[in-house]
Amino acid sequence: MISALIGLPLAGATILLLGGRRTNAWGHYLAVLMSASSFFVGVSLFSKMLGLEGEERALHQHLFDWIAVGTFNVPFALHLDQLSIAFVLLITGVGTLIHVYSIGYMEHDENRRKFFAYLNLFVAAMLLLVLANNYLLLYVGWEGVGLASYLLISFWQHKPSAAVAGKKAFVVNRVGDVGLSIAVMLMFVTFGSVTFEGVAEAATKADQQTVTWIGLALLLAACGKSAQFPLQSWLLDAMEGPTPVSALIHAATMVTAGVYLIVRAHAIFDLSETARTAVVVIGAITLLLGAYIGTAKDDIKKGLAGSTMSQIGYMILAAGLGPVGYVFAIFHLLTHGMFKAGLFLGAGSVMHGMHDDVNMRHYGALRGFMKVTYVTFGLGFLAIIGIPPFAGFWSKDEIIHAAFGQSTVIGLATLIGAGVTAFYMTRMMTMTFFGEARWEDGVHPHESSNVMTIPMIVLAFGSVFGGLLMLFVGDIEHWLEPVVGFAKPEHHVSNTTLIPITLAVVLAGASYAWFKYGRRPVPVVAPTEVSLLTRAARADAYGDALNEAVFMRPGQHLTRSLTFFDAKGIDGVVNGLAAGIGGLSARTRKTQTGYARNYAAYMLGGAALIAFILYLVRL
Amino acid sequence: MNAANYLVLAGILFTIGAFGVLVRRNAIIVFMSVEMMLNAANLAFVAAARINATLDGQVAAFFVMVVAAAEVVVGLAIIVTIFRTRKSASIDEASLLKY
Repeated sequence: MISALIGLPLAGATILLLGGRRTNAWGHYLAVLMSASSFFVGVSLFSKMLGLEGEERALHQHLFDWIAVGTFNVPFALHLDQLSIAFVLLITGVGTLIHVYSIGYMEHDENRRKFFAYLNLFVAAMLLLVLANNYLLLYVGWEGVGLASYLLISFWQHKPSAAVAGKKAFVVNRVGDVGLSIAVMLMFVTFGSVTFEGVAEAATKADQQTVTWIGLALLLAACGKSAQFPLQSWLLDAMEGPTPVSALIHAATMVTAGVYLIVRAHAIFDLSETARTAVVVIGAITLLLGAYIGTAKDDIKKGLAGSTMSQIGYMILAAGLGPVGYVFAIFHLLTHGMFKAGLFLGAGSVMHGMHDDVNMRHYGALRGFMKVTYVTFGLGFLAIIGIPPFAGFWSKDEIIHAAFGQSTVIGLATLIGAGVTAFYMTRMMTMTFFGEARWEDGVHPHESSNVMTIPMIVLAFGSVFGGLLMLFVGDIEHWLEPVVGFAKPEHHVSNTTLIPITLAVVLAGASYAWFKYGRRPVPVVAPTEVSLLTRAARADAYGDALNEAVFMRPGQHLTRSLTFFDAKGIDGVVNGLAAGIGGLSARTRKTQTGYARNYAAYMLGGAALIAFILYLVRL
Repeated sequence: MNAANYLVLAGILFTIGAFGVLVRRNAIIVFMSVEMMLNAANLAFVAAARINATLDGQVAAFFVMVVAAAEVVVGLAIIVTIFRTRKSASIDEASLLKY
């Protein structure tokens, strides 16, 4: 039953990729069907779990022994517990909505079938990642996600920028993957096991130092996949992919994998204070950096990408807080999955109506022309900035609260992040839907077709009610408690004082943005006379420049000198030796003259020499 | 008469023969010079046998004669064949067997 979750979308991808053009006509329906049936399997498993008691809810399925070498045994087994099912429902649910949306969005693309095959593959890989019962199998899903994201980001590979963006995502992700492979190897060496259970059990007896190193290696892996500082640079470029891909990467799959990994490996992080602190620091840096980058982007998708970085930063930070935070990291991940998918699909819908223009300076006053998009995007906007009772408020408030319980500095970082989030989202909202129209000539904005708007409406419902339902009806804290543990945060600052403060900060950020972009006309061309801070934000906080200066250039120099050494040094010795022997034999060959008297002279000389030596020896 | 003088004579004959092999171009003359070297060796063997009062050298001389006879057969046949094909007995012209 559990394997069907992965099997269905995988079968869809296989049929579409192997079937070729024959499946062009109905391929997208098959992909939607596979994804949707995977969702229904997930729902039925979920209802089955609801019928069981807290501790017994985890379901197992052992498929076969994958690697069995001596005492080292890795099963190909799936493990569905309360944490996994939350991801399964998010991935398949939001994934299916994005599939449906893509039918409309990719309607005129000649490679639509291939696109849907990759989407299915993406979903299947992500499901394998969250359903594996050991780190090695998780790694398989992890790499599958990396592959699928590469294929989808560079889907329009005829555009050089898209091809480069895909490659960049792949390469940066490899850096993180090195961390995961090191962690798995360390686990194998120290614990002798790579299953979640085995590691959790052995970690308590293991050396503190080793556990910390494993934790840091896992954090590196999470940084790569979840686009955390300092491996964040791929995420903004990944916007080159089709918009549904951005929605899928940012909401349901890919970037959530890092948060999942850290929460899943909570046994490691519970034991290591150092590793947890590193996670919190990375999360705090990223949440501020992402929000900061988001404030200066004129490209609507890049603005949302900065926002994703920032929101994932919140989740990573929460995951680093330990048992007080794991639950809220997942909670925020789920609510974020809904409203961010909605926002991206909304952005796609706007782009669709504006001839694929992504520059917000060319938008404006769209609220009258795209009513459904306006309302759904607006609800997602209210959810992300954290206005009660929308979804984002509940999860973000809990994280801010838990962060203040940890330390005031971290708490302030999350609070400032909330304010900046409100600023850039309000900016996006007003530049797109309010103000005067700044459209290019010949653009006639129109609402998208139903196949695109219906997924947006469903996600808007999630943005409105998702948080309430999960917190009060689903009781997510106690739902996840058997898996990740849960502790009430220590109350330095009580929630009743914190909520008004947070709301005040959010409203301040939003009203500043409204004052700046809603009350005044927005210039159609981005002003160039701007402060250094704005310039830095426009250049993604110089992340690419830093990578180029620190890694790329020295790396190129290194490879160049190595190639030089290889060509002149190693090859020189080998070729020189061969050439020397060749030249020598060419010369000795000349002694073979063909004249009998020469040979006779050599013989005579040789005989005389031997005679002379014999004469000497006898002396 | 001192037997050692025969050894000196053998050395002189051998040198003349070797000189002939090296400097002459006519295959027949070269061949004759080779024969002279062989016979100089024979003479040395026999003289040495006389000096040492053993039969070893004489036996060796017989071997050399047999080998020389066989060599004459093969060698002359080659020279005659080369002469027939090239109308020349100069060994410098038969220099194809080289690099």
